[in-house]
Amino acid sequence: MPMLRKNKAVRAAIFLLGAGLFLLLAPSAQAAKIGDLADLNFADQILRFFSMKDPSVRYALLGSIFLGVSCGLLGSFIVVRKMALVGDTLSHAVLPGVAAGFLWNMSKDPAATFIGATIARLLGTAVVSLIKQTTRLKEDTALGMVLAGFFAVGICMVTMIQHLPTGNKSGIDKFLFGQAAAISEGDVKLMGIVTLLSVAVVLFFYKELLITSFDAGFARAAGFPVQLIHYTLMLLLAFSVVISLQAVGVVLVSAMLITPAAAAYLLTDRMHRMLLLAAGFGMLAGISGAFFSFLGPSLPTGPFMVLGASVVFALAFFFGPRHGVVMKWWHHRSRADRVQRENTLKSIYHVLEGREFKGEGVSLRELADRRRETIEEVQTQAKDLKRKGLATLHEEGNLIFLTPDGWLRACSIVRNHRLWELYLTNAAQIAADHVHEDAEKIEHVLGEEVVRELERRLQYATKDPHGRPIPSIEDIQRGLAGLSRREDLVGYGKRS
Amino acid sequence: MSSFDEINGPPSVIHPLPTGGPPPLEIHDMTVAYHKKPVLWGIDLVVPQGKLVGIVGPNGAGKSTLIKAVMGILPLSSGWVKIFGESFKSNLRRVGYVPQRESVDWDFPVNVMDVVLMGRYGHLGLLKRPSKRDRDIARECLDKVKMLPYANRQISNLSGGQQQRVFLARALAQESDLYFMDEPFAGVDAATESAIIALLHEVKARGKTILVVHHDLPTARNYFDMLLLLNMRVVAFGPTDEVFNYELLQKTYGGRLTILSEVAEAVRQKGA
Repeated sequence: MPMLRKNKAVRAAIFLLGAGLFLLLAPSAQAAKIGDLADLNFADQILRFFSMKDPSVRYALLGSIFLGVSCGLLGSFIVVRKMALVGDTLSHAVLPGVAAGFLWNMSKDPAATFIGATIARLLGTAVVSLIKQTTRLKEDTALGMVLAGFFAVGICMVTMIQHLPTGNKSGIDKFLFGQAAAISEGDVKLMGIVTLLSVAVVLFFYKELLITSFDAGFARAAGFPVQLIHYTLMLLLAFSVVISLQAVGVVLVSAMLITPAAAAYLLTDRMHRMLLLAAGFGMLAGISGAFFSFLGPSLPTGPFMVLGASVVFALAFFFGPRHGVVMKWWHHRSRADRVQRENTLKSIYHVLEGREFKGEGVSLRELADRRRETIEEVQTQAKDLKRKGLATLHEEGNLIFLTPDGWLRACSIVRNHRLWELYLTNAAQIAADHVHEDAEKIEHVLGEEVVRELERRLQYATKDPHGRPIPSIEDIQRGLAGLSRREDLVGYGKRS
Repeated sequence: MSSFDEINGPPSVIHPLPTGGPPPLEIHDMTVAYHKKPVLWGIDLVVPQGKLVGIVGPNGAGKSTLIKAVMGILPLSSGWVKIFGESFKSNLRRVGYVPQRESVDWDFPVNVMDVVLMGRYGHLGLLKRPSKRDRDIARECLDKVKMLPYANRQISNLSGGQQQRVFLARALAQESDLYFMDEPFAGVDAATESAIIALLHEVKARGKTILVVHHDLPTARNYFDMLLLLNMRVVAFGPTDEVFNYELLQKTYGGRLTILSEVAEAVRQKGA
């Protein structure tokens, strides 16, 4: 049951989070600054990163995992609620708040940053709805203006801080593009709390989030507090954007909300799976970002995380099993191949029918004449039939014999075609000379069930509108039973 | 012409409702406004139990607004609404709803079963997940609308008529006594339409009351027991035979001649 699976997965996620927090609080080993590691070689770097002996590496990694999970979970709801642009705008709107939080006591205090950024974000939301409600301007316009306006104020404030005597070393500039190495213990604790909160809300209020996201009107009529749930989601979103700032940066943080969720959306048709995938992808992107920025001195983390997420998205886009471009192309191609094969089988049947099933082999020449194609073309088709086990080739590939499977397919295609023609002439009263084209297409897609239904409705008719026999299932099976005796093969499929 | 299953004896999701209680819907002097512009004005209405009621009127007459306002989706400017003699909020679970099909995103990552289960959400407490019983009810409702074979299908892979039937199943799963349906026949083929109507009549026969926003006048005459002719105000409300006449429909539709000629035709057929 999917519900059960989901519970297990979520329990596992909570366990991982708990384990992470434990790791974080465990006594730290001898530390080295990330900058000092730059002259080590590549393998040492990797080892250093994943052994997590260095607390700053540990914080960076844990922080990236936390932010990946919470952004992935909440981002999924942003994507299905079509609020991606809102997420982007409000992420940019936090910059003045971050700067103000720094000005509070002239240091990078996680609590002050958190409060300042959250207030700025909520202020941004309020301005957007104020513009929307009091003017004729629509939401996208309001969002565009607020995004740029708040960001501009933020940039001014950050520049100002950097020109203050104490400002330059403060690392406030890291908030633009993110630096996972700058994550402190206090930051990681805050990230852990917010992530735990996000997971808990999604877990306990999944039903409420789902129904209000899918159909707000119905949810309201059923008594769900749609506005309250909306604001709760927006507040959680604000929290997880704010905790992500240190690692991803203001400019790119919205991509961590949207991209993993978008990739997950391409891969599944169920919300709970989308949430799990998005959280996983977010985590993956977070780790890869932290890792790659660790490899070189003062590389920003945000761009690498977003690149990681984009790679995941590209993979989903191209190779997703259901909606992926490659798979779609592959399905289309194999369908086209199947139609081509079935048409060849049908032509072979027609050739045999034309000589009243005397003799079993069909020469390439006969087939080519029938299909009005060149010998080379039908040769390729014959080889394809052989590859699929539908025919055998004799006399240096010039004579085609159908295998039992081939016979079955050929008979059923002809049956589909003629049944459909008869159905159109009978039920839809289309003239007999107008039904062939339609049947040419439909013969390849009729399922067994539909064929049964057609036969029933046509009272098991034996002749198509042109007076040719319709091979029935019994005919085909009788033919198959006779296959063990070679002489019976002649005239196989023929109506007695 | 196909028809859904006959409603068999118990166990059935449609529990009979005894008659004689307070009226399912009572509206007193209700006014609803968008941006200070009234859309509905001074609506008075008492709908008796066990009726299939059609709400008809021209575009912009406030048909959808009426049912949304009654269910508290839109705020009232004045007046009050009673559901079975009490406020809507205290009788939430006795009301089922079929919104317009276009009101949701059909690419949403849920399958048919997920959507029908949402009909059960209103009956579940906080932190509760749908139980096996809820799933059984949802399955039974899907069966009623002949959509059970599609239970695991993603909703974007459904035709318009199938989507409408999923919404109907979701409303049935609410196990309500009063239903509001907003254009349940939009984009539905004729066979499905008559099958849905047959199902609604069966639900009604169990003492349920159903209000349906309907935009096709000629069929309205055959489908409904009662008609509410609406154009910002209640033009007429009564048994279909009494209110489906040229004068009242002209009053409802005003000078819209194309519709009027349709009406004239329908009335003429009725006389014949």
